[in-house]
Amino acid sequence: MAEATKKKNLDGAPVIDFDKFRPTRSSEQARKIKDYVMTGVIALAFVIACIPLVSVLWTTIINGAKRLNLNFLGYNMTGVVGGNPTPSGGYGGVLHAIIGTLEITAGAMVISIPIGIMCAVYLVEYAHGGKLAMTISLLVDVMSGIPSIVAGLFAFSMFTIVFGPGTINGFEGSVALSLLMLPTVVKSCEEMLKIVPNDLREASLALGVTKQRTITKIVLRTALPGIVSGCILAIARVIGETAPLLMTAGYIASTNVNLFSGQMTTLPVYVYQEYSKLNANCPAGADASCVTTIPMERSWSAALVLIIIVLLLNLIGRLVAKVFAVKTER
Amino acid sequence: MSSQDKTALAPTGGKTADKVFRGVAYGCGILILVVLAAVFLFLFFRAWPLIGGDQAANNETVSNFTGGKANNFWGYVLPLLFGTVLVSILALIIAFFVSIGIALFISHYAPKNIATGLSYVVDLLAAIPSVIYGLWGGLILVPAIYPFWDWVANHLGWIPIFAGPAANPQRTVGTVAVVLAVMVLPIITSMSRDIFLQTPSLQQEAAYGLGATKWEMIKLAVIPFGKSGIVSASMLALGRALGETMAVLMILSPGLSYSIKLLQASQSQTIAANIAAQYPEANDLGVSVLIGTGLILFLITFVVNFVARKITEKAGA
Repeated sequence: MAEATKKKNLDGAPVIDFDKFRPTRSSEQARKIKDYVMTGVIALAFVIACIPLVSVLWTTIINGAKRLNLNFLGYNMTGVVGGNPTPSGGYGGVLHAIIGTLEITAGAMVISIPIGIMCAVYLVEYAHGGKLAMTISLLVDVMSGIPSIVAGLFAFSMFTIVFGPGTINGFEGSVALSLLMLPTVVKSCEEMLKIVPNDLREASLALGVTKQRTITKIVLRTALPGIVSGCILAIARVIGETAPLLMTAGYIASTNVNLFSGQMTTLPVYVYQEYSKLNANCPAGADASCVTTIPMERSWSAALVLIIIVLLLNLIGRLVAKVFAVKTER
Repeated sequence: MSSQDKTALAPTGGKTADKVFRGVAYGCGILILVVLAAVFLFLFFRAWPLIGGDQAANNETVSNFTGGKANNFWGYVLPLLFGTVLVSILALIIAFFVSIGIALFISHYAPKNIATGLSYVVDLLAAIPSVIYGLWGGLILVPAIYPFWDWVANHLGWIPIFAGPAANPQRTVGTVAVVLAVMVLPIITSMSRDIFLQTPSLQQEAAYGLGATKWEMIKLAVIPFGKSGIVSASMLALGRALGETMAVLMILSPGLSYSIKLLQASQSQTIAANIAAQYPEANDLGVSVLIGTGLILFLITFVVNFVARKITEKAGA
């Protein structure tokens, strides 16, 4: 080795002083320190993100549990005067809001899930990456960014133009929500249809089965758990929407079970309305059973009910995807 | 045997069903285009009195809304637009670094089995409804953040945006931006995490092979690879922040000025929150004005989202 270098030197090759390039101890140290610091910063970022999550969940549970009981779940807001207790012994409740939320969300499901699935079928099974399909795919993505309030304004404008001014009903809210739900359904179904192995389609078509039957009996059935899970997550996304329902479905104190006529309260709107009431009136000399802070307490309890529903839906959606997942070759 | 006969005898029925099914699928695909066009057209028709109607009446409606502060539509919508963009950009700035940090933590630092759990935690943040963020922001964060903003106003007050005195309660742009940052955080995190995980391991190992530390590897391989993904994720987050209604409505004390004083109350308002706030008391013409502002919000978020998706598309191709 030493001889080889000597020979090169004799040939007039430049002498390279490798020691010059050897990292000094301080620069090594600096790089190491920087690495440690960045690890710390990145871990810190995660801790920072956990603070609001923990705080939101914790405060909602603590404040919400105070008024969350069967009476709260079993009665609506009729007969609630100021901070006084109702004859049933409670302080009003969310029965009407839960019914409204379920009906309006069911309406949105009925509209957007079939359309969403068929749109995904078109994109994956029929379009084969044509120009129209590319445009639709892009617009579905763009649509998922539509602000919820714009969806509300759209449903409101449509119903006033088509059914005359002042139309407010639960179904109008369903239309607004379906606009928000549609892109989520399309996207998740598209993903699910894409991972159905092509062998299954080809095997079915080779047996002489029509394309429609291949899709409904083979492709959709294989992708079913994923589709169900995607739809549940889409429902979880829209069930907490407030702004569009504020202007389309309205707010009333009594229970309305007719989706197609009259105002309807939903849980998120209930939370907001109680929040904006600030305090309830108590007549002078009222006894301790009159609570002035009752609107805020109702608001927290309704928020807790809402969070429980949303988290349950998320959990179910993920479990469905995991437990019933089709094993694809990957 | 009989069932075999059936399928052999009736292939024509299958063909009709095939055609119908195909038609329905095409129809649903095209329906997406129709719906988007309908959103624009219905908003446009409902806002028409604003453009084609009596301008004097329009201007009067606007000055009724604002208590005489603004006298025409543009004088009304531009400060709102300013407020919307200000709050959203601030939220994006706050959320950006934290979410990139979390994404890197999940993709490159945390052990594999913990990482999936951590992604669930971030998804949980996205699942919480905005009205609950509003409630939490209005009742918990507003009092809790006051000492911090007060400290900022006292010590950094020489920077114009932090000019004091800090309002108490802190129903200000600064606080709203913090809440919006929490709300958009999961969007940036989940998208950039996905793209970070796709970094070619060859590049990562090459960086390690050259003696890079972990952070240097991330700087050399992961960040350059994920750049376009990060940009498009940020644009999507911006789109979400621009349209957020409830959190702003429930926290911000509204105003109508081109002010950048983040810590003072009654300075700005966003378009979305303004619609929700004014809507219940608006008359017919007032609703037209509000829908006009909504149309502008729709167009802006549409463009932001469109650009974001175009960037992702290019990166994916």
